[in-house]
Amino acid sequence: MDRPLTGDLRSDGGVLDLAAYEKVGGYEALHKVVREMTPADVLKEVTDSRLRGRGGAGFPTGQKWSFVPMGDDAPKPKFLIANADEMEPGTFKDRMILEGNPHLLIEGMILSAYTIQATNGYIFLRWAYKVAAERITRALAEAYDKGYLGKNILGSDYSFELHLHTSAGRYMCGEETGLLNALEGKRANPRAKPPFPQVSGLWGKPTIVQNVETLCNVPPILRHGAQWYLGLSRSEDGGTKIYGVSGKVRRPGAWEMPLGTTMREILERRARGMREGHSFRGVLPGGASTDFLVEAHLDTKMDYGSVQAAGSRLGTGLMIVLDDKTSVVGMVLNLERFFAQESCGWCTPCRDGLPWTARILQGLLEGRGRPGDLERLEMQTRMMGPGNTFCALAPGAMEPLQSALKYFREDFEKLIPKSDAA
Amino acid sequence: MATIYVDDRPYEVDPGKNLLEECLSRGLDLPYFCWHPALGSVGACRQCAVKQYRDENDQRGRIVMACMTPAMDGARISIRDKDAAQFRAGIIELLMSNHPHDCPVCDEGGECHLQDMTVMTGHNYRGYRFGKRTFRNQELGPFINHEMNRCITCYRCVRFYRDYADGKDLDAFASHNHVYFGRHEDGVLENEFSGNLVEVCPTGVFTDKTLKGHYTRKWDLQTAPSVCAHCSLGCNTIAGERYGQLRRILNRYNAEVNGYFLCDRGRFGYDFVNGDRRLRQPLLRGQPTGAPEALRRAAALLGRQSRIIGIGSPRASLEANFALRTLVGPRNFFSGMAAGEDHLVARMLRALRGARVRTPSLHEVESADAVFILGEDVTQTAPRLALAVRQAVKQAPRTEAMRLRIPRWDDAALREVMQQQKGPLYIATSGATKLDEVATASCRGAPDDVARLGFAVARALDDSAPEVAGLADGDRALAEAIAGALRAAERPVVISGSGSGGEAVIDAAAQVARALGRERTADLCFTAPECNSFGLGLLDAMNTSEAFQRVADGLVDAVVVLENDLYRRAPGAVVDAMLESAQVIAIDHSAHKTVEGAAVALPAGSFAETEGTLVSNEGRAQRFFQVFVPEGEVKPGWSWLMELAQAAGRNELATLASPDDLLAALARAVPVFAPLPEHLPTAAFRVNGEKVPRQSPRASGRTAVQADVTVHEPKPPADPDSPLAFSMEGYPQQPPSALITRFWAPGWNSVQSLNKFQSEVGGALTGGDPGVRLLEPGANGYAAYSEEIPVPFERRDGEFLVVPLYHIYGSEESSAAAPAVAERCPEPYAALNLEDARTLEVEEGALVEIEFDRALYRLPARLSAGMASGVIGVPMGIAVQGVDVPAWSPCRKV
Amino acid sequence: MLTEQERERIREEAGHYDYAQAACVEALKIVQEGHRWVSDEHLKEVAELLGMSPEALDSVATFYNLIFRQPVGENVILLCDSVSCWIMGYEDIRAHLKERLGVELGETTADGKFTLLPMACLGTCDRAPAMMVGGDLHRNLDNGKVDEILGRYRQPPET
Ligand SMILES: Cc1cc2nc3c(=O)[nH]c(=O)nc-3n(C[C@H](O)[C@H](O)[C@H](O)COP(=O)(O)O)c2cc1C
Ligand code: SF4
Ligand code: FES
Repeated sequence: MDRPLTGDLRSDGGVLDLAAYEKVGGYEALHKVVREMTPADVLKEVTDSRLRGRGGAGFPTGQKWSFVPMGDDAPKPKFLIANADEMEPGTFKDRMILEGNPHLLIEGMILSAYTIQATNGYIFLRWAYKVAAERITRALAEAYDKGYLGKNILGSDYSFELHLHTSAGRYMCGEETGLLNALEGKRANPRAKPPFPQVSGLWGKPTIVQNVETLCNVPPILRHGAQWYLGLSRSEDGGTKIYGVSGKVRRPGAWEMPLGTTMREILERRARGMREGHSFRGVLPGGASTDFLVEAHLDTKMDYGSVQAAGSRLGTGLMIVLDDKTSVVGMVLNLERFFAQESCGWCTPCRDGLPWTARILQGLLEGRGRPGDLERLEMQTRMMGPGNTFCALAPGAMEPLQSALKYFREDFEKLIPKSDAA
Repeated sequence: MATIYVDDRPYEVDPGKNLLEECLSRGLDLPYFCWHPALGSVGACRQCAVKQYRDENDQRGRIVMACMTPAMDGARISIRDKDAAQFRAGIIELLMSNHPHDCPVCDEGGECHLQDMTVMTGHNYRGYRFGKRTFRNQELGPFINHEMNRCITCYRCVRFYRDYADGKDLDAFASHNHVYFGRHEDGVLENEFSGNLVEVCPTGVFTDKTLKGHYTRKWDLQTAPSVCAHCSLGCNTIAGERYGQLRRILNRYNAEVNGYFLCDRGRFGYDFVNGDRRLRQPLLRGQPTGAPEALRRAAALLGRQSRIIGIGSPRASLEANFALRTLVGPRNFFSGMAAGEDHLVARMLRALRGARVRTPSLHEVESADAVFILGEDVTQTAPRLALAVRQAVKQAPRTEAMRLRIPRWDDAALREVMQQQKGPLYIATSGATKLDEVATASCRGAPDDVARLGFAVARALDDSAPEVAGLADGDRALAEAIAGALRAAERPVVISGSGSGGEAVIDAAAQVARALGRERTADLCFTAPECNSFGLGLLDAMNTSEAFQRVADGLVDAVVVLENDLYRRAPGAVVDAMLESAQVIAIDHSAHKTVEGAAVALPAGSFAETEGTLVSNEGRAQRFFQVFVPEGEVKPGWSWLMELAQAAGRNELATLASPDDLLAALARAVPVFAPLPEHLPTAAFRVNGEKVPRQSPRASGRTAVQADVTVHEPKPPADPDSPLAFSMEGYPQQPPSALITRFWAPGWNSVQSLNKFQSEVGGALTGGDPGVRLLEPGANGYAAYSEEIPVPFERRDGEFLVVPLYHIYGSEESSAAAPAVAERCPEPYAALNLEDARTLEVEEGALVEIEFDRALYRLPARLSAGMASGVIGVPMGIAVQGVDVPAWSPCRKV
Repeated sequence: MLTEQERERIREEAGHYDYAQAACVEALKIVQEGHRWVSDEHLKEVAELLGMSPEALDSVATFYNLIFRQPVGENVILLCDSVSCWIMGYEDIRAHLKERLGVELGETTADGKFTLLPMACLGTCDRAPAMMVGGDLHRNLDNGKVDEILGRYRQPPET
């Protein structure tokens, strides 16, 4: 069992129904937990497993749960939400599990909810995932029928209601506090932190928002224990990771591998290297909002610490490859247009800075570049640096730009007419 | 207290506040947009960035938003830091990237927070070279202009309108850099506080449409501190004039009264001053004449031998009323209030001057954590109080949310925890009220039943209060619930007023407050009919019916009517009869039936053309000042009275030459007014030997003002009566709080400069808020419980009880003459319960006929689920006036 | 006017939450199922059903990408324009679609069959370029495939 998340997926792309899931050990962890473990026990196990969030920020999961107020006088109800909004360009990992093994997510959610004693849960699914929506709906019904969900789960005094909520499309819905507003039927603007959702989340009540992949790690951790889980990894953090590659490689796709597998191994062994006639120039290691890395970084281990040391972020762990035939400036323009379009419009640097950024890039490509444009772009990256904007969207948007300006500066400079021509 | 370091200087601060407000409170300049002192922080605009350092050794620091960072002990920040300064300039540049740069044609120009902040950040070169987005503007009704291209997306408008004032029809649409603020389609902004958008919006998106009709830049306006005359709350305003026209009203902050906000009646009702109903010349039996002739004729009527009486006015100043009282003698002076009104005011004052209860300021109402309203539709009769109640309703849930250690200023976070929770608010009235939407429970009944509920609440609070006989179980349960909520609250407030017309309602409210006040003085807030009703009530005069009686008895030769349309005080036939049997001298600012029927009418100054003192519903005496010298033969009411006395050879007013003299004499004559001369600024007041200028140092084109007549610069009129000057010369710095003619400070041209006038952001004005409270709880006095509990209301066959209804636009006399307000006035109607309508077989809009107080009315029916059964509501000042209601009336379908 | 059935569904959705507003996006999607887009009239009806002002509901409606406040055609084509699809030839597909449909992005064909809209990442980047038509996902697109897909939607439904 070295691929606890995807090892059981059907090769035909079909879905594991409840019976099939149970056959491979599904819901064993749940049986065990409600019978033998207190919430504190579960929390300890998850903390010891060194599971970190797979949604992009990589926050230690056990630690996040520990901030939820517990005990009789804790506010009620508490909520657990699966973040299945997956809209980060270049990212398609949660879809695999949602379509292939929804019960894994459901079991993960029940266990996580039990740990924080949440009584209500939502799967916040992006609208475009139609197949997933159907399959989750069916799986939920199965789980309710079997008594895994609802009142007094497996005869215990723990109850948990779980609903599917589909959004209406917006990248901001993936940001955890934007998600809360979206669920409440409001504009998906982010909320200020503090207070953190663990204290004041959905409708002002304690709430945990967790990425789908993160939650799917919980059943195996509880089934096999934290030590086993740590052993899966090639890094100091526990577990496996779903890595993926898109762009002009021979075999794009996503694969579950030990956390800490090197970039080269993923690109060469799994994605089978670059397509005929294309060579590698760079890569966004973990989705659209991470910094470019280049050839020199290919032996970097894809774990939280190593990618960060190389100057980028693990992000979602899904790589977008830049080849030599693709325009760097064009690619960055595409990314910045996306971010400008998806900006919620709440804070100034992002709302007004991203469209400006995109227009400068567009100007460069259309032969309307001007001296000073690159300095202006650099200024934008500073204006939208971490902490300067209200949420992480804009700083994320600046990561590919600032690193492109660093590694591929000549591609930009080429597009600026000499000043005497102006 | 905590110590923070700003650019290495220590400052003592309140750790419950954020860094932005504390910096501003300490006099430091830091630009901001989305933060508003009354609305709190949301961190959207990112304009207030500063560098924060971990400790003395931290050299790098990080940028934080001052408005989102608590002023914690030991915090070290830098405003001057280069990165922070560059960031702030960069934010302005971004905000301006889509801005049309149309300052020269923008109404906000010269008092624009965006301009000020742009200058403050030092941004001056525009780097953005691409196209701008453009929006379509909306038609938002008679009060507000909309120019969305100027928007900088600070979200203040929706945060005020929707979150603070509970308005429904303004919101944010779309996203990214297309965010749009407006209605979902063109139409009138419905909320009663829409005018505040003009001041809340930091740029020229929402501007004053009435000002646009006669536009003048801020620096060209001649301005003076004023007090709103359109209801009893006494909100402080700044009134501005140019070329003899009153141009606009702005809010004048008073922490205890109106704070940052006014209602739309107060803001837009001023235009009656410029209206065509103004009286600018004396009239003899309706025919214009010159002042000497008018005075001669009037003097003939007021000779020594004549038996004269004076009818004052609850909308005129204490000074003018007292001048009249002095002229005719206290035993011949009548308050100008109708009998019913007079009794209501007297009851309210009696309760407030008694023990156990205290009248709260508006600010105190805002922080109440339980409210019980009896018989008053405050949104219509005292609108700013309704806005305060809406804040009070948020008080209890906010206190609860703050237990999660969310600071008071962290508005968005508090809202998320509070959601739609509401603190206790109970309302008992005869008709539906707008506040019902935020009430815990509201119930409907005829005024006597409203009173009974109040008495029952008092009883539930204190069983030594008299029992209410024959109370229905439902009412008893409701009374228990209300009593429970009031008892559990830390700062409960009981609100009532003259609006129901029921004396028992007022007694009941007082009873509740007394019962609550057994342990600790309880807050009891009454709204009065007009801006100086309480002032007149404290003068303790006879009412107008008594005046009519005296005339009818043949005991009067001449009547002086001061600023009063008697047709609003008594049935037309009664007034007609008086105008026939006695010679009337009417003094008023606008023409009305009384003026037209008078033997002599003299043109008085409006609130903007005179000065005087009004006593608000809080018992707060406040001074308003003359803004400009009117054209024509208009003179202050008191001034006419002095001239009349002199012309008639009477010497009652001989020793009194100015409003100050009048006030001093009043203070000697009526003890309750004793504190006035000491607390209100007099004409002798000078700073450094100088008066306070009404014009800004930048008033332009003074030599050109009369260029069509003469090229010589006109000499400014003298003003012996006030500490203000009709000039730009004078004391150039901040005057004492009562004399603030404009909010302006170096670098701060917009109303946001207010922070430079406050002791701290959101706190009292420097030197204390203006006005003096005349009603403090009496140690002894009437505290005994009333035993006069009315019997349950019983409907009658074929008859209905006519009860008064009010409208913010239309019910009040002078504002209704302002064209923009007139557009919002409803048509006359009679409101009926659905059930009653069915019985009478009337449909919406069908004419019904009612007859009461000696007059017959035909009114279109308005069916309202919110009316109590067995009563008919008629809008006062719109469908009827001069009637004594509640009154029984037959009702027929026409 | 909404059908009684639609109203019932919206009421039921609202019943799932303590605050009816939480169901507003779902309610708008129910409207779109029946009417393709949300007209001003429908917006007001839904607002009333949920106890919201039209402004409050429209504020939410105009925020989300997939709530259509303008009429759309029978089939909405959501063409992924995000980075992986762009690398893999989105622009060619876009040009081809525009040519075949005779419309620009954001427009509806004259026969009302298709509306062509750009869409952010569809989460199928390993099989780019991709688009959704109606609710169906189509991936690894090339011009031939696009023609074939359009043909399928153009054909009158088999009887
Ligand atoms: C603009 C933005 C979009 C995001 N989108 C997603 C998303 O689609 N899915 C997700 O799991 N996390 C997303 N995140 C991260 C979430 O905010 C949050 O960190 C995550 O759901 C926490 O779960 P985890 O700890 O399990 O990673 C996004 C963050 C930002 C700033
Ligand atoms: S950075 Fe600001 S505008 Fe951008 S998405 Fe976040 S809050 Fe919205
Ligand atoms: S005033 Fe601080 S972010 Fe707007």
